[in-house]
Amino acid sequence: MRRYSAFSLFREGLRGGRGWQAAWRSPKPQAGYDVVIIGGGGHGLATAYYLAKNHGITRVAVLEKGWLGGGNTGRNTTAIRSNYFYPESAALYDFSVKLYEGLAKELNYNVMFSQRGMIVTAHSHNEMEMAARQCNAMRLNNIDAELLDADQVRRLEPMLNFRDDARYPIHGGVLQRRAGTARHDAVAWGYARAADALGVDIIQNCEVQGIIKEAGICVGVETSRGPIRAGKVGAAVAGHSSVLAAMAGFDLPIHSYALQAFVSEPIKPIVNGVVLASALGTYVSQSDKGGLVIGGGLDRVPSYGQRGNMPMQEAVLGGLSEMMPALSKVKLLRHWAGIVDVTPDSSPIIGPSGVEGLLINCGWGTGGFKAIPAGGWLFAHHLATGTHHALSRPFDRARFETGYLVDEGGASGIAH
Amino acid sequence: MQIFTCPFCGARNETEFHFLAEAGKTRPDTAGEISDAEWARYLYAQRNDKGHVREVWMHKTCGELFILERDSVTMRVLGTTPLRKEAI
Repeated sequence: MRRYSAFSLFREGLRGGRGWQAAWRSPKPQAGYDVVIIGGGGHGLATAYYLAKNHGITRVAVLEKGWLGGGNTGRNTTAIRSNYFYPESAALYDFSVKLYEGLAKELNYNVMFSQRGMIVTAHSHNEMEMAARQCNAMRLNNIDAELLDADQVRRLEPMLNFRDDARYPIHGGVLQRRAGTARHDAVAWGYARAADALGVDIIQNCEVQGIIKEAGICVGVETSRGPIRAGKVGAAVAGHSSVLAAMAGFDLPIHSYALQAFVSEPIKPIVNGVVLASALGTYVSQSDKGGLVIGGGLDRVPSYGQRGNMPMQEAVLGGLSEMMPALSKVKLLRHWAGIVDVTPDSSPIIGPSGVEGLLINCGWGTGGFKAIPAGGWLFAHHLATGTHHALSRPFDRARFETGYLVDEGGASGIAH
Repeated sequence: MQIFTCPFCGARNETEFHFLAEAGKTRPDTAGEISDAEWARYLYAQRNDKGHVREVWMHKTCGELFILERDSVTMRVLGTTPLRKEAI
């Protein structure tokens, strides 16, 4: 792998860019690998990278039915945060934020992680009490959090609705300064390039169509490019986890929902960080290009249609114009939906699937992007060692039998 | 805005309807001994099919439960069936 640097940029600038190489190879699939990862999104690629980097397992293939990062990795609103309530999730998501903090350097790829802060606004005295509770819980878990009053919120985000006639007047909010946004494509591409450099085969346009089982044990996958045998198979297929589970013969406690996102035309800087108004179910940040990146809650109906339905569009955009009335005339450029895998406790499932030889990393729901480095790290740990990392143990699917759920439904103020 | 058909009230706006559960699950007989795994499967396991699905919905305005069949990819509604038996 040729490293990227200011010097290489300068040199290629002088040479007309003739020296740039492809960021990763496109090898033909081999007959067998030590580990086969299904799904070339952020989690799958990060898993492959950490398998090679942390555990020295390099006979690894990542199989992607479309193109890298074309699913939820390319469809989310890029917010990264660890404002969770329970110790288990706080530890998990803060581990992820910490990995993001060093990721650009680690991967030699600019993932544009910008820690511009995230505010969750509170709109009543009661919500302020809940905000204080959230803030205290985060601090007890060693995560930075500040409780802001209305004036402090106004200094940070002056465009929020502070008018006298606001339907939901702002009383204050919780700020996490280390939260922020990153460039989602770059996260997928950075992991792909770094994993490829360590010897991982990244195979696009290769759809898994069946699971090869011998004596009930998963020993490989049938793909659109032929059978591939594997010592272990790891699935990180997000919204399609249930489809894969049906193929492999186990069940999952997952509903797939469409989660919509919107991007506006580029405008001058107007939103400083990420702002979430829980009373309205809308959040917004501004990309470096100037486009407003707008998100909200899940669609009301389980779905695999990657577009979303109109009542939720109305709720999210109506919420935005109440949240920042100045934006009501801004035009939208694009709108789309990703299919997210939602568990009963809004926490992920990492570890054994129920079929020996097949492990799963799923159930991240609407919060998968922020967890990519941690999800990859912990999933690789289980694939390599056969046991849980301390951070992923609470997220084993066994919790649905023991009843030890990590119920983070209210973590971000909206269904997450 | 999508139109769903309540078997009792006819065609109405989708926002009047609420998804409740996948159809076809039967509660295990809790009078006898059931395992944690069995109970967890009843509580949490979902088919979550891609394509044709059969679900229990409520029409919130009239409060009736009924079966809605639809395509979970295209969102097309394929039919609605009342759960209520005919009055004798």
